[in-house]
Amino acid sequence: MATTAISPAINVIKPNLFSIYFKETKYELLKCLRLPMYSVSTVAFPIMFYVLFGLIMGRQNIGNVSTTTYLIAAYGTFGVMGASLFGTAATLASERGFGWLEMKKASPMPPFAYFFAKVVMSMIFSATDVVLLLILGTAFGGVHLPAIVTAKLFLTLVAGSLPFCAMGLAIGYFAGPTSAPAFINVFYLPMSFCSGLWIPFIFLPRFVQKIAILLPPFHLSQLALGLVGAGNGRVMRSHWEALIGFAMICLGIAWAGHQRDQKANG
Amino acid sequence: MATVQAFPVQAQAGEQIAARLDQVSKNYGAVQALKNFSLDVRAGELTAVLGPNGAGKTTAIKLLLGLARPTSGRVSVFGGDPTAIETHLRVGAMLQVGRVPESLRVREHIDLFSSYYVRPLPMKQTLAIAGIENLQDRKFGALSGGQKQRVLFALAVCGNPDLLFLDEPTVGLDVEARHLLWEEIRQLLALGKTVVLTTHYLEEADALADRIVVINKGCMIAEGTPAEIKARTAGKKIRCITRLSAGAVRGLRNVVDVQEDRGAMVIHTSRPEDVLRELLNRDLDISGIEVLGAGLEDAFLALTQEKAN
Repeated sequence: MATTAISPAINVIKPNLFSIYFKETKYELLKCLRLPMYSVSTVAFPIMFYVLFGLIMGRQNIGNVSTTTYLIAAYGTFGVMGASLFGTAATLASERGFGWLEMKKASPMPPFAYFFAKVVMSMIFSATDVVLLLILGTAFGGVHLPAIVTAKLFLTLVAGSLPFCAMGLAIGYFAGPTSAPAFINVFYLPMSFCSGLWIPFIFLPRFVQKIAILLPPFHLSQLALGLVGAGNGRVMRSHWEALIGFAMICLGIAWAGHQRDQKANG
Repeated sequence: MATVQAFPVQAQAGEQIAARLDQVSKNYGAVQALKNFSLDVRAGELTAVLGPNGAGKTTAIKLLLGLARPTSGRVSVFGGDPTAIETHLRVGAMLQVGRVPESLRVREHIDLFSSYYVRPLPMKQTLAIAGIENLQDRKFGALSGGQKQRVLFALAVCGNPDLLFLDEPTVGLDVEARHLLWEEIRQLLALGKTVVLTTHYLEEADALADRIVVINKGCMIAEGTPAEIKARTAGKKIRCITRLSAGAVRGLRNVVDVQEDRGAMVIHTSRPEDVLRELLNRDLDISGIEVLGAGLEDAFLALTQEKAN
């Protein structure tokens, strides 16, 4: 039996990078969409809180804005944070721990595509959260925001996904494959509370307010609140700087985790 | 059967080498997974790396895939760096994966992996080679163990690579599923592919391999065609009732291993005649003598233990 030769002219043709990044992201999205643990909990919780505490119970004002407006910024931050942390850390920890990442590394997949897909997927879920909150608030909560403010609020919150994706990667490199969700909650829930995402910042005890300054969700929520007229008067730039600094530290930790994995393999 | 060379590689002493481990040692902390291990993978052949669990088989595969770096020695694939993307584009791998994302469908997994390669096989052909046409719309999590292995096999072949690494592809499969996968591997060889397969079943290596490399505790202990390896491991078992101690029998020439079995003694040897002569000389009351042909697995065990002692 004779078989035809396979041409080795690989140097001439490169794989289609656009197609790889697109498919990696598409399947990352499908994968998480089909996991109710992820898709339902990251979208349903912020929405449920908003309906309960904003639309049903929130009749009064917080500072000089309505509760329904205030809570779009607060639960928007909460939703973005959840979507980003779980979207990156939980899948990375599991795929690292159970050998799937290794199977991908053995393939010609560009390594960056893997992380790109997780980040974009997290941003899409974050955007979904924010859009749903804006629709609910506008339709049922009497929220009236100018279009430009709405657009800025949306973009700010979705961009705010990035530092939490960085944090998720850092956790994903150090958490065990099955312990990651618990690990994430250890950060996620206390940070949300202390940053004033559940109870408005001004009602938090003084010592918690002091801690909040150190927490990234505080800074993201203050950026969002500043846009709707409920900010604390600090310069917006300082919040952005805090978020960027935090993202850099997390990327550094993730990098160290990556190096540790490489070293364990040699 | 004429096999056409699937790719040009540098000729080395008249033969074509697709991948090579050259005097490679690999340490994980204090554990030495490979010791001065050399391996030549010839193009167009199936090389089986055979050994018990923990022998260093997976380490050898990881080095060849560029997933691990050697502590010392040299690793080359197609004469180049195993970590280079150009190398990975010509390589497919089936590794032991604890958990594969379960919510994606079979064809979605294949579509994604195919996209990484320059000239992947059409989806239909990949599904056909792996024998999973009827599973393409199933979610990975809904598959049986054997079906999962076949999907991982499909991911290894979908890019139409020249060189395939299959790390214990049939582990945990029942006999039928194992034979199905063997058939699929033979199809690849017929296409002119080079395959490196690790296994701890001598039977599997015998059924598929052009060449077998036996490895134990990180060292190569035998290398050759399946016929050569079998000849070297063509052991026998002597079962008898004797008053000699196991220790004394173990000390006899040509005895590989001794086990006590319900009052009888089972002696593994490659030269049963010589051992029997010795036994009869030393124990006039010996009784119940049976000489049995050792199975392939016994023989393999004998070979690995022979070197270890």
